[in-house]
Parts: sequence; C-alpha cells; structure tokens
Amino acid sequence: MAEKQKKRLMQGNEACVEGALYAGCKFYAGYPITPSTEIAEGMSVRLPKIGGKFIQMEDEIGGIAAAIGGSLAGLKSLTATSGPGFSLKQECLGYACLAEIPLVIVNVMRGGPSTGYPTGPSQADIMQAKWGTHGDHPAIAVTPAYVQEILTETVRAFNLAEKYRTPVIVLYDEIVGHMREPITIPAPGELAVVDREKVTCKPDEYFPYDERFEIPPLAPFGTGYRFHVTGLNHKKDGFPTNDSKQIGEGNMRIMRKIDNHLDEIWKNEEIGLEDAEIAVVAIGSTARSARYAVNEARSMGIKAGLLRPLTLWPFPDKAVTELSKRVKAIIVPEMNLGQMVLEVQRCSKKAEVLGVHRVDGEPINPGQIIEAIKSFK
Amino acid sequence: MATLKELAKKEERLTGGHRLCAGCGIPPIVRLILRSTDAPIVATTATGCLEVGTSIYPYTAWNIPWIHSAFENAAATISGVEAAYRALKKTGKIPDRDIKFIAFGGDGGTYDIGLQALSGALERRHNFLYVCYDNGAYMNTGIQRSSATPLFSNTTTSPAGKAIEGKQEWRKDLTRIVVAHNVPYAAQASPHNWADLSKKAEKALAINGPTFLNVMSPCPLGWYTKSEDSIKLAKLSVDTCYWPLYEVENGVLRVTYKPKEKKPLAEWLKPQGRFKHLFKPENKNMLDAFQERVDLEWQRLLELDGKRI
Repeated sequence: MAEKQKKRLMQGNEACVEGALYAGCKFYAGYPITPSTEIAEGMSVRLPKIGGKFIQMEDEIGGIAAAIGGSLAGLKSLTATSGPGFSLKQECLGYACLAEIPLVIVNVMRGGPSTGYPTGPSQADIMQAKWGTHGDHPAIAVTPAYVQEILTETVRAFNLAEKYRTPVIVLYDEIVGHMREPITIPAPGELAVVDREKVTCKPDEYFPYDERFEIPPLAPFGTGYRFHVTGLNHKKDGFPTNDSKQIGEGNMRIMRKIDNHLDEIWKNEEIGLEDAEIAVVAIGSTARSARYAVNEARSMGIKAGLLRPLTLWPFPDKAVTELSKRVKAIIVPEMNLGQMVLEVQRCSKKAEVLGVHRVDGEPINPGQIIEAIKSFK
Repeated sequence: MATLKELAKKEERLTGGHRLCAGCGIPPIVRLILRSTDAPIVATTATGCLEVGTSIYPYTAWNIPWIHSAFENAAATISGVEAAYRALKKTGKIPDRDIKFIAFGGDGGTYDIGLQALSGALERRHNFLYVCYDNGAYMNTGIQRSSATPLFSNTTTSPAGKAIEGKQEWRKDLTRIVVAHNVPYAAQASPHNWADLSKKAEKALAINGPTFLNVMSPCPLGWYTKSEDSIKLAKLSVDTCYWPLYEVENGVLRVTYKPKEKKPLAEWLKPQGRFKHLFKPENKNMLDAFQERVDLEWQRLLELDGKRI
C-alpha cells in the first residue's frame, strides 16, 4: 500500500521548484528579481544535491541565454523572472521559438510598467507573454492559480516544452507566487513526465529542422550529431537561408506544430457553466476571487459560472466561443487595463463582454466581480 | 581639502528620513561624496537599496535633482543627462554653470547587469563620476551572490552546504576593469576613512571626464553582523588588505593607505555570519586559501604602487 502522502505548507515559488525538479529539470540559470527570487534560491539549494547545475548569471539576458545552452546540451532547463526581467529576456525568447529549443520560463507578474511595483501583484504581462518578442511566433503559456497547481503546471510546462520543442511560459501573479498553502508532492510516476524524443538516425542523416517531421527531434550537443543553430531563418540543416520558400515553410511549421495540437495543449477548469447565464473568465489569483464571486452569485439566485484557462496561450478560442453562444454576458476580471478581455471579445459570438480592471497593486476582490455580475441581472 | 568640521557644516544633500537599515554603509558614503563639492549635483541611481530606501512615494531624501531609471542603466542615463546639459549649454539654452554628474549603483547594478552601460559611458568620455557602493551581494532582493561577493560567502544563491561550500569564485576586480578604460581617475575607498574617501571624491569631481569610485559598504543584513559594527568592519576589510585603498590617477597607481600591521583576514571574516562555515575545523583549508589569495592580491598591488600601469 502506498504510503499516505503528507501535506506540506509551501509557497507558490517553492512549489515551482518542486515542479521543476519533479519534471526532471537539471539546469537553472537566472538573475535575482522580486517576486520570483525564491525560485532561484530554491534551485541553488536543490540542484547541486542531485548533480544538477545552478548558475547565477550577470543579468537577465544571460539567464535565458544560458538556459538555452543548457537545453541544447540535453538538460531540461529553467529560468525564472518577473516584469523587467521578462522584458529583457524577450529577444532570447524569440530565438528559442525560432531555433525550437525546449525551455521553461517562469514570469511571476508584478506591477508595471518599468520597475513598477515589485512587491505587488499584476496580470499585465498577459499580452507580453504572447507578443513580447518580435515577429510571428508560437506561444504557450500556462497559468496556475493555486500553489499545488504551480507544481503540476510547471511539470506540464516542461512536458509541453519537450513535446513541442518550444519555450513555454509559466505565468502567475505575485499573490499566487508568494501565497502559502498546504500541498502534496506527487509520488514519482503519479504525474506524467515527458522526456525529449531520442534521435535514432545516423549522425550523417540527421537534420535538426527536417521538414519531413512536424516536430523534428533535437539531438543534444556532444552526442555526435553535428548541426547548426541560429536565430536566422534556416534550412533543415540549421544553416541560414535567403530562400523565400524555405523561410516561409520554416515560419509556418513552427506555428503549425502548435496549431495542430490545440486540443492537447488547451486546459480549462469550468465551474457551474452547465446552466450559467453569466460567465466569468479569469486566471491566477483573480480566478480565485471569481470562484468566490460565482458561488456568492449562485446563493443570490443568479446563474453564474467560471471558465478558468490553465493554458492562456494559445488562447482557448473554442471554449470561449462555445460559451459565448450559451450565456448572456461574459465578465473578464484581470489585474490590468484590458488584455485578456480583448481575446474574449474576439472569440465571443453573441454574449456581451465586460472587463473588470485594476492596476493599483491590489487584488480584484470578489465584491467587484459580484457587482459586475449583478449589473446584468 | 575640507576638514571634518567644515564638511559637517555643509548642506545635507541626502537628508534624514530615508529607510536604509541601521548600520548600512550607503548613507555615510553618499553623504560624504555629495559634500565633497560645492557645485550643484545631478545624480542618477540604479535600482537597489539606495534607490528603494531613499525614494518611497511620496517621500524623497534627495535634496538634489535625482533620477532612478532601471537596474542596468544608471551610467547610460547619466550619459544622456550630461550630454543634454552640454548641448543646452552650447546653444545657450541654460546658463553656463559647473554642474557635477554622479551615478550611484550597488555591486549588482555595477559589476553585473550595469557593467555594459558603465563601460560604454567610460569609453565615450562623459564628464561624470560613477560611485559603486559595494556591499558584496544583491541585498535589496534578499542577499543573492553577485560577482563582487567575496570568496566562500554564504548567500541565498550560493548557499554554504555539504555539496558546495558557499561562493566558489573570486570577486571580479571591477576597479581594474574601469582602469583599463584609461579613465583619468579611479579609486577604491571605504567609509571608515572619511578623509581618504572625501579627498578621492573631491579629486574625481574636479576632473573633466569619466571618474570612478568603488566604495566598500558594510551591510548588517547580508553580512549577518551587528549594526553598530559596520564602520569597524569597514576598517577591518582595509586593515586585513581584503579591500585595499588605492587610486589610479592618469595611469599612475598609488596605494593611499598601508596598514602598519596587516591583520589576519580571519579578524574581518569571523564577526560575519556569511563566513561562519569557514570557522569549522574541517574548513581550515578554505580559510587558508582565502588568506593566501588576499596576500597575493595585496602583494601584486604593492608591486604596482607608484608605477604607471
């Protein structure tokens, strides 16, 4: 009989460390920044004990660049940051998208813009997670709302990164990052862990961007497979190209490898949506306020429900579109001046969409959401 | 040079009411430097303890025009300010006055993320003084190691444990990196020796061109020391020759203070909690290695004393 697992009181950022280690992360490179620093601190304690490597870099750019290097060498790699650091990492994020390098980047959202409010929560990096780096590129971002979920979603982020050979962002706000809740560390084998696909062909037959594959396997450096990695548009062997056909095809393939698997990447939690007339769409700590608000509204006799995307990018178009055909109104509370609400509006076919916004460093409380729900009654 | 009495009588340009910790080395350093000239000063500060502790809305401790921009770019910001001043002066938009430009940054914002901006500003020969208050770690975010952190220090990202015993790397020699930019003046100083620090600041501020001061700044929080011991520890860092006081003026190096009796490094390390693990009997070899390296660096410096480097 399996031993009963003990609950442990843990901070969100500590749970991120547990999730990364559970997923098999062996390399961390980063730079201290509030409110994400506990992730670096945790990794600096834990990785040396398991033969992994922690490096504190000279700046944020170095942090993601070294993690890219760690991943190319075959290790599951992590970097973590917050607002200003996420801005600095954007060029390398785009590099990892185009060079197709699996990587997990945690952004614990704090108030912005600029240095902003380092110790206060925000959800104003929602669009940055999708569009922060230049050029068209695929984006996957997961958005946990509970400490336990930071662990499981960090594992999922590594799985998605390895499976789709792309950087994945774990996006949560300062409240969830610094919150302490009792959680259970899953036993080995309890959660699925995806490891990088092994390259089986002969070294002289290997092409890192082989167009015959939807997702070509990535050979770790130092294993006899010689190939070129660049941030320039490239051919199947990785060398730069000016050929428009190959540029176009390469750009389309990195989008297609995500777009063809949306149903596997999307993940939502739905509360009370079966008969809902008014729906709330929210992520992170705001979704926790929304859950309370929805329950309160129900007790007042209002049929309200919650759609909580755990995969924010790619945006859950299908779920929101279907929802919008069934409900009268969709309320989108978010700690920014209107970002996710634009996506909900884009996907909504019929329902009225109303944003509830706040950028004063305070969380959106259930009362604000209840007021918005009542305005449709 | 002004006497201590004269310095004390000068206007306070970083006033009381800031929220830096008791025993923090930063306020006495900044105040003394700001007092070392009578000219108007415009300052910029990188993200860090000094910035956070002196400017929490709606208060400011600064009695001079002051800008905080971001973590990595204090030297770039002061470059823009100084260049704009020159342009405005040239076109007669503002009166021709001798204004001093100073950038302040901690070791994180100077040795690490701010090094590129600093190097660029030095190379472009802007007329400014850069002051690094070096407390040997990222204290503002909770004591993470920096490239200025002393060997074997226990920090939250170089924890002293069984697998790794604290920081494994020797600190970056930033002063020498700055000297390599062929600046007219660069020096190391410490707040316990106010006369030396003030003289160096006065010299630096009188020069037209890029100048640099690297100042040892005790931190009770990150060093795990008593607040009242800060100045004593600053002195010990110099008397043990971990932090030599010297200057490089127009390429000529001069050691400005030579302890009569060089103290054992352990006297500086022992009161600091960040070096606690070095005093376990089994770690004596680490302590010896640290001492050996300090001796070597001091010897190398003495060999350069009075020479053009």
